[in-house]
Amino acid sequence: MWTTKVRERAVREMPPEKLLPDRQPSYVSSWIYVFGVVTIAAFVVVIASGVVLGMKGPEWWHLTGLGHFVNSMHLWAVEIFFFAMVVHLWGKFFMGAWRGGRGRTWVTGAVTFLVAIGAAFTGYVSQQNFDSQWIAFEAKDGLNAVGIGSFFNVANFGQMYTWHVILLPTVVVLLIVGHVLLVRRAGVVPPYAARLAKGADDE
Amino acid sequence: MNDPVKPPATPDADAPWPGPFVRYDLVKELVVALGAVIAVVVALAVLFSSPDEPPVTIQSWSRAAPADFLAIAVTELNRTSDVATYGPPYNEGTGSVQKIGPISLQEAAGVKVPIETARDYVLEPLHEVPGAPRLRAALDAYEAAPARLQEKWAANYEKALPEARFVAGVPVLPPGRYGPVEPMMASLLAMGQSGALDGALLAGGHRFYATDYTKPLLFVSAGEYFEKLAEHQHLLGTQWGMMNETGSFPGQVWLWLFSFWYQVEPFKSSPNADALIFVLMGVLSLAFICVPFIPGLNQLPRRLGVYRLIWRDHYREVET
Repeated sequence: MWTTKVRERAVREMPPEKLLPDRQPSYVSSWIYVFGVVTIAAFVVVIASGVVLGMKGPEWWHLTGLGHFVNSMHLWAVEIFFFAMVVHLWGKFFMGAWRGGRGRTWVTGAVTFLVAIGAAFTGYVSQQNFDSQWIAFEAKDGLNAVGIGSFFNVANFGQMYTWHVILLPTVVVLLIVGHVLLVRRAGVVPPYAARLAKGADDE
Repeated sequence: MNDPVKPPATPDADAPWPGPFVRYDLVKELVVALGAVIAVVVALAVLFSSPDEPPVTIQSWSRAAPADFLAIAVTELNRTSDVATYGPPYNEGTGSVQKIGPISLQEAAGVKVPIETARDYVLEPLHEVPGAPRLRAALDAYEAAPARLQEKWAANYEKALPEARFVAGVPVLPPGRYGPVEPMMASLLAMGQSGALDGALLAGGHRFYATDYTKPLLFVSAGEYFEKLAEHQHLLGTQWGMMNETGSFPGQVWLWLFSFWYQVEPFKSSPNADALIFVLMGVLSLAFICVPFIPGLNQLPRRLGVYRLIWRDHYREVET
């Protein structure tokens, strides 16, 4: 039965001790490792505040104090999300974190960053204020210039809001899940060779 | 609890770690991080709130800057405005068509959001005004006139507009040959100031529900009034506006590189800047994704040596 094979492979590839280990190599002792989990934590707050905004609707976030407060939380969670993700990415770059067959981990992280930019952008043009008007006005020229504007109309609130609250967040969630599973399966990349070991090359 | 085994000086990235381990609770780490992020987010939201500048409507624009509104409206009627001459996806114009070398992806994508400015911004909305026999007669006269005469009337009106006075909100131009364009523009201004034009452009007069703001946005954004507001909020392209937000709030700072290219040559003065920068950013994004597989670039971190700061405890232990 194929379902049995799927289950057996999933357990083989991702045993509990890899999925949620109770220990990490001794070199995992820098503050830089915190930024990956901070990115995920900020994303949780982005989604939670976004769900509330989506359930209540634009009038609520523009015209009520509580709605504006939740909108403020959404904004600041997004800023923290990107800050933490950029620090995380630079950290992983400086570690050469793709070594040892971990290339797909880098690729999923980089694609997540780019898709998240799209998710944020569609949020900015969905605010329904002067900022979203201006961003849509400016962005349309770039998108039109490469033919994207014919299918992705930044002045169409219905289209942009759907991309923002459903399509792009779903892609980001799937990418983050895949990224974390890849990290857990391959483990955290070890340090480069120490300077004591002349000629050592761990590439 | 630390393992007494000494870490290896030359760890193999392909093999399981043979060195010591430390206790690590991933779930606890996530819960602590979530609590900290919520606390910081709430604190920032309480302290700084968030920007929410009201949007510009056709009503607010035509009330605040009626001459600017009329200057744009008459070019929409005469089909000489930026929108009327833009090109795909709005029409077959060429005014804003960009190319990458000999290729125009913009033209290849075609007209998918059609806008005919005279009909959509002026004639159809004015036909929706109930009663108004003088306006009806003006519309009949305009539509019955040959195209050359229509263009002449609108061009005369546009030329005389800087000398217009507003008497009780009604535009009064110096005597001239404007034909029916003068009463048409006066009615369109009144329609704009009443708010009726906002609704007419959004719903097109035929629908109840609407979410597509393309027509009103392109109309409003053509005015000097809109640009002045953006300049005041430091949102212009020359002000790195792509990554700015209204007020003093952080915006899409992650777009800094995108915004950077617009500030430098050859993009700064290129008529194809948007297309070229999009392609450049596409190539750079692909390179960013493929860093692990690009020879030289994938060796750069080792040469930079920043990793020694990140793993300084590890190196201190194995190198002493």
